[in-house]
Formats: sequence, structure tokens, C-alpha cells
Amino acid sequence: MQIMTSKGPVMLDLSFIQEIKKRSGQAIELCYQCQKCSSGCPVAEHADYHPNQVVRMIQYGLKERILNSSFIWLCSGCETCGARCPNGIKIAAVTDALREMAVKERALSGEKNIPLFHNAFLNSVRRDGRVHELSMMAQYKLRSRTLFADLDIGLKMFKKGKFAFLPKRIKRLKEVRQIFKEAAKQ
Amino acid sequence: MKIAYYPGCSLEATAKEYDLSARTVCRHLGLEMAELQDWNCCGATSAHSINHLLALALPARNLALAQEEAAQCLVAPCSACYNRLKTAAYVLQENEVERKKVEEVVGFKFNGTVNVQSLLETIYYQVGADTMASLVKKPLTGLKVVCYYGCLLVRPPEITGFDQTENPVILDKIVSSLGAEPLMWSYKTDCCGASLSLVKSDAVQEMVGLLLDMAAEAGAMAIVTACPLCQSNLEMRRKKPFSGIPAFFFTELIGLAFGMPEERNWWPKHLVDPFPLLRSLSLAG
Ligand code: SF4
Ligand code: SF4
Repeated sequence: MQIMTSKGPVMLDLSFIQEIKKRSGQAIELCYQCQKCSSGCPVAEHADYHPNQVVRMIQYGLKERILNSSFIWLCSGCETCGARCPNGIKIAAVTDALREMAVKERALSGEKNIPLFHNAFLNSVRRDGRVHELSMMAQYKLRSRTLFADLDIGLKMFKKGKFAFLPKRIKRLKEVRQIFKEAAKQ
Repeated sequence: MKIAYYPGCSLEATAKEYDLSARTVCRHLGLEMAELQDWNCCGATSAHSINHLLALALPARNLALAQEEAAQCLVAPCSACYNRLKTAAYVLQENEVERKKVEEVVGFKFNGTVNVQSLLETIYYQVGADTMASLVKKPLTGLKVVCYYGCLLVRPPEITGFDQTENPVILDKIVSSLGAEPLMWSYKTDCCGASLSLVKSDAVQEMVGLLLDMAAEAGAMAIVTACPLCQSNLEMRRKKPFSGIPAFFFTELIGLAFGMPEERNWWPKHLVDPFPLLRSLSLAG
């Protein structure tokens, strides 16, 4: 469905709320906009939307706008909102579902570097079964072109022996690879 | 009781001092733990951010290993690992559809016999503050701290079952059993920015800045944590790099109060030098 707004036409996806409810298991329709979630949310001021707005936008079916928002990537999953919401809505579970959909639909314009980080992290886990922080960070920094950020901190950590040079590969790596293979089919 | 220890990836590198102090202190406390054989990464924030099944199956493989070893307790010092392992165990217990799916992918039968615990809980509930106090050789007198629990140790409450969601106290109790003084403050369970540290360092710097300001306002000389992500953000993401009050792992303070000689290997690993503070209280030579 399409509606006209002062800023032009906007697409509404009326099945969006059902899809998110199914994926997140959260009763999104119960939200009455008390904004308790947003007042305790540590990332609200850094993101384009506040959590209560995202919930309302899901109710309206503003799928494209949400999937391309920075909010879904900035949510740190701290679970403060869920522990305080009078209706028991866990927005952390909602953002997990939204991110998963954004990846699937390749709608990643909201915050490009954060998905790159998650990929670098999971690539490391797939390769060795454990994260090797040094090579994971190198991969992320190359792909996000942020090589020179945090150089001073990196150097200090290096001097303090806080990086392991070699990855520790697990023995039954096949089992972890199998998990990744099955998860990719989802 | 058979306890399997799950160090997690951070404790093998950036939080080495947490691993060293945890193992030393637990040995001293008579908590016999063996490292879980062939454990894999729990997937941390990245797995649950983009793939629901991965987020359950990666930690579930560790539950399977613990079951194989017939461990009754799986102990994680890292709050993020603890949260992922505990969440997986909770979902496998409560949701039959998910359980079947995960069992198939991981190739095991979940029997619910492994109790996932954070190291903080293990020490508090299996040793207790009184026993701790009796083992203190060098009381941390004069050390005023704020206890910082962070998010993932306490929330979501129905999964973690942690002592009190908005005002947890077990870390405060441990710290006072060592002779230090835990101060009241309102930021015990606020977020440090966690895994956003590398990708959104400006936002994390503001979040950490608030925590440090509030700790200072409470009159703290140091912050005490039980999580490698919290500790590294607290020491790394400062407006004035490497200066200000240090952030300790609680196990380091226990080791210090017990007078363990290994203690000297931990402090040099900190990004914020704790020696000036320790010397000022005659706690270090
Ligand atoms: S706390 Fe719950 S009910 Fe209140 S605005 Fe947020 S999601 Fe809606
Ligand atoms: S879980 Fe996400 S939305 Fe909820 S309070 Fe934390 S950062 Fe904000």
C-alpha cells in the first residue's frame, strides 16, 4: 500500500508487523508508546530513531525505512528496554529480527561498518572455531577502510602482550563448520 | 561437583589478566575447574545480530561438550559468553521446536543437566563472602570502588535469574568481604557500549565517559567489573587516553587481598596503570 505524505509517497507493508512478530516472538501490537524503553536506551541519542519510534514504525509497516536505519545496527542488545517495558516487549529481540531481515534483503545503508564487523567476527569463528582478535580486527579494518583509527590504542595493547599472534584452531572444527553451513540455509 | 571452565575468546588474548587471575584465585578457593575440552566461540553479539540459528547452535555445541564430560556446571567468566550460553540453555529447555532444530544441527540430545553460571555467581554462591573474608591476608582497606555489573550478567532477568535486576549486590558483597568499600551509585547495570567499541568508538566514548564521571562523582578510586568487554571499554575508550581511575577484574582484587604472588603479572597488562593507586594504599610494592 502507498500513502502520500508531505515528503512524497511512502510504501507501507502491512504484513511487516506479522513477519517481525513471528521472527522475534514479541507482541509488538501491545505497545502504547509510554517511551520507557527510549528513556533508558543507551544508544537512542546516537541513532536516527528511538526504540519506541521503531515499534510504532513496525506497526505502520514502514519496512524500508526501518531496515535501512542506523538504529537496528546501533542497538547494543543491552536488554534494558525489555526488562522495563510494561508490556514485556523485548526490543533487542526485535532488532535481531530486523537485522536478520536487512541482511537478507541487502538493505544495509543505515550503518555499513557494523555488518562488516559482524562478518569479520564470524569469518574468524568459521575459520578456527574461535575468534582470533588480531586477524579479525585486521580484516574489519581493511574492509571498512578504517586502518588508522585507534592506532595508538592498538600499539599499546600490542606492547602489553594483549594480542595472541597465532589463532587457536579447535580440533573438531568440522562440527563448527557444519553449524555454519546449516545456519546459512535459514 | 564437576565444573567445566569456559574461558571464551577474549580471555585468550585481550583479557589475559582476567583468565590468569580467575584460574589462580579459583585454585586457591578450592574450586576445581577443568577447561572445557575443544570449546568453540559462543558467537557473541555478531551471531545473534545476523543469524538466529547460529546464535543458538554455536553455544549449544559447548553445552553438548559439557554434557559429554558429565559436567554439572559450566562456568563462564565473560558476561557475553555467559549470556549466550545461558540463553541457549534456556531456549533449548523452554522451546521444543527450537530444541529439535538445534539438536539436529549440533548433533546431540539436550538433557538439561548442565547449569550455566557466571564466574561471579560461582564464587559467590559456592564459596561465599564469609569464607572469602576468612582467607584475606592483605585487607583492601581504604580502597573505595564502584561495582559495575553491566548488561549481560543481569539481563534478561527471566534468563539470568540474577540477584536483583536494577540493583544487583553480589559483587558489592564480595568486594566488601575483601576489606574494600563498595560505594552506592546508580550506574551498576548501564551499558558500556559493548561490541560497538571498534565500530562506533565516538558513541562508546560517550557511554564510557558517563560511567567514569558518575564513578568519580560517587568518590570511587576504581571500578570493579566481571566482564572483559566492559573492562576493556572502560580503560580503552577514554577522552584522555590511558589516564584516570583503573578498572579491575573482581578476581584481581580477590587475588590481591589473598596476597597471591601471581598478582604482579596482572597489573602490567592494564591500559590504565593501577600502580599509583595500589601504592598510595600500600597495596603494592
Ligand atoms: S516501553 Fe514498551 S510499551 Fe513503552 S513505548 Fe517502549 S515498547 Fe512501547
Ligand atoms: S536493547 Fe537496544 S533498544 Fe533496548 S535499550 Fe538496549 S540498545 Fe536500546
